[in-house]
Amino acid sequence: MMDLSGIDPLVLLASLMVASTPILLAAIGELVAERAGVLNLGVEGMMITGAICGFAIAVETGSPLAGFLAAAAGGAVLSLIFGLLTQIFLSNQVATGLALTLFGLGLSAMLGQDYAGIKPPATGKTSLPVLSDLPVLGRVLFQHDMMVYVSLALVALIWWTLKYSRAGLILRAVGENHDAAHALGYKVVRIRLLAIAVGGACAGLGGAYLSLVRVPQWTEGMTAGAGWIALAIVVFASWKPWRVVLGAYLFGGVTVLQLNLQAAGVDIPVEYLSMSPYVITIVVLVIISSDRSRAALNAPASLGKVFHATD
Amino acid sequence: MKHLRPVIGATALALGLAGAAIAQEPLKVGFVYVGPVGDFGWSYEHDQGRLAVEEHFGDAVETSFVESVPEGADAERVMTQMALSGHDLIFTTSFGYMDPTINVAAKFPDVKFEHATGYKRADNVSTYSARFYEGRAVIGTIAGRMTETNKIGYIASFPIPEVIRGINSAYLHARKVNPDVEFRIVWVYTWFDPAKEADAANALIEQGVDVIMQHTDSPAAMTIAEERGIMAFGQASDMLQFGPTARLSSIIDDWAPYYIDRVQAVMDGSWESTDTWDGIAPGMVAIGAFSDRVPAEVQAEAQAITDAIVAGDYHPFTGPVNRQDGSVWLAEGEVADDGVLLGMDFYVEGIEGEIPN
Repeated sequence: MMDLSGIDPLVLLASLMVASTPILLAAIGELVAERAGVLNLGVEGMMITGAICGFAIAVETGSPLAGFLAAAAGGAVLSLIFGLLTQIFLSNQVATGLALTLFGLGLSAMLGQDYAGIKPPATGKTSLPVLSDLPVLGRVLFQHDMMVYVSLALVALIWWTLKYSRAGLILRAVGENHDAAHALGYKVVRIRLLAIAVGGACAGLGGAYLSLVRVPQWTEGMTAGAGWIALAIVVFASWKPWRVVLGAYLFGGVTVLQLNLQAAGVDIPVEYLSMSPYVITIVVLVIISSDRSRAALNAPASLGKVFHATD
Repeated sequence: MKHLRPVIGATALALGLAGAAIAQEPLKVGFVYVGPVGDFGWSYEHDQGRLAVEEHFGDAVETSFVESVPEGADAERVMTQMALSGHDLIFTTSFGYMDPTINVAAKFPDVKFEHATGYKRADNVSTYSARFYEGRAVIGTIAGRMTETNKIGYIASFPIPEVIRGINSAYLHARKVNPDVEFRIVWVYTWFDPAKEADAANALIEQGVDVIMQHTDSPAAMTIAEERGIMAFGQASDMLQFGPTARLSSIIDDWAPYYIDRVQAVMDGSWESTDTWDGIAPGMVAIGAFSDRVPAEVQAEAQAITDAIVAGDYHPFTGPVNRQDGSVWLAEGEVADDGVLLGMDFYVEGIEGEIPN
């Protein structure tokens, strides 16, 4: 029989949230860009740039908050290089995105040369008043570092904006049919540049969460593929914000869970455990997305297409 | 989900090699790394070896490297590109590069290849590795003495003989000095993923582990050990700066002398396919300074094992040792032969859990 007694579910839930937050941040940002019709494969590059920008500024100023702000700025600036190339110079989005990842990895390695082996200032836990005093739930849900709440608040904000606000409607219109949006007088390029910058900023925050909270250290290439996971989650979540949360938490959660099961010596073959995060995340998201036969049509219709104003 | 990464590797290669210029025919030496050179672990130390080659030979060599190359088909492309671009000697520094190295070497008989930690050779493919298990014997002893919870955590990468050997050696020596010791092993299925290594360290600490060993490449576990106030060992590199309090000692890889030797051999025309497996005595494996935290008598004990290994008086796998299933592996006084060690696919008696396939 499986003996799970060695695993404290409260601690597990807490580490689940920590493990999921970087992917969640990167994925929700990419979702904004993709809903505007931009496929930016440079998430990994923007994350790692955010990781070093956040780390360096947090170390220099002693303030994790300043670090996170710098990470968002760094990710956004990097993403705007992509924006400039794809939106103004009409370069191919796939190739430019891949190049952005390479550029980000190289740039971050260069920026980070003096930061190996340095301890960043601790990102404190932010207990939400009243809520954190609730028994059990309070400890699990309301005693995390601020970025966990920020990431979920961002998702809520993005969900609301896309669904209910005029700005969200315009952004989606641009993503679905940029020619029509253009004909209606919307500034397609400007809107897309904004969406790209939001995506870059979120990816930067996700990267900084890695280097300031989850690992707290700077190591070259430390995102180790998290950006690609985030990209995949956006697709499997069929471009819906709350499904992105589900996907990120499933992936992060099952990853942490399987490591804990191994550490606790639970008798499940390790090969199944280690593939479980990928399998479970994909299966669950595919199943919930398949109830509508038109799931594939959730993809923004203009995704990845070059927009060239022709008037 | 990682299907896009090969593209990156290939592009990195194109960018990385574009800068290589052809001067007055210096010997071109290439290195393929599994992680970034700044991992401060495995790939970092190989790159230190590369830099030592440059320093030693000056203008007579020209080195290049490609980092973060995934094991498998992508590695084959990188090696092919290196061979095509005129490299005379190529070091491929991860176990998973074994088949790619053999495949590419067959296509370029004039190029010499050196594959680290594998067991397949050809006329133009040598293999080399270090007897890390000797280092594991030393740090296993320290871990067994230092643990208070009697639970030692081990972050393992892939279930290959080299990793299994390390676990067995560390366990045997920890148990020798502390019969109550228990190993908790977590397989992360990656050489380099700081976030996952950190998660694994945290999971182990939740299980009451107070000493962590790792067979992965980044200093993430050391950082977590420092943060959570437990103990750990530097792996491949000293890692002191990541765990000034947590670090007890370290196993340091030193590839420089070997790399210099092999480059010299190619220059002299004396290079031939060899199989090198050096340990502490020739200096390929070094034990990092003991932390002040380690009591003097434990330091002396660890030093005594190191000295005995160097002197050739002691082999870390000396019987009696049983396999996990209780069957006899080594009889009293019997010493393991290299063949069995190289193919090691079983735990020794006392380790719990199964080795994944």
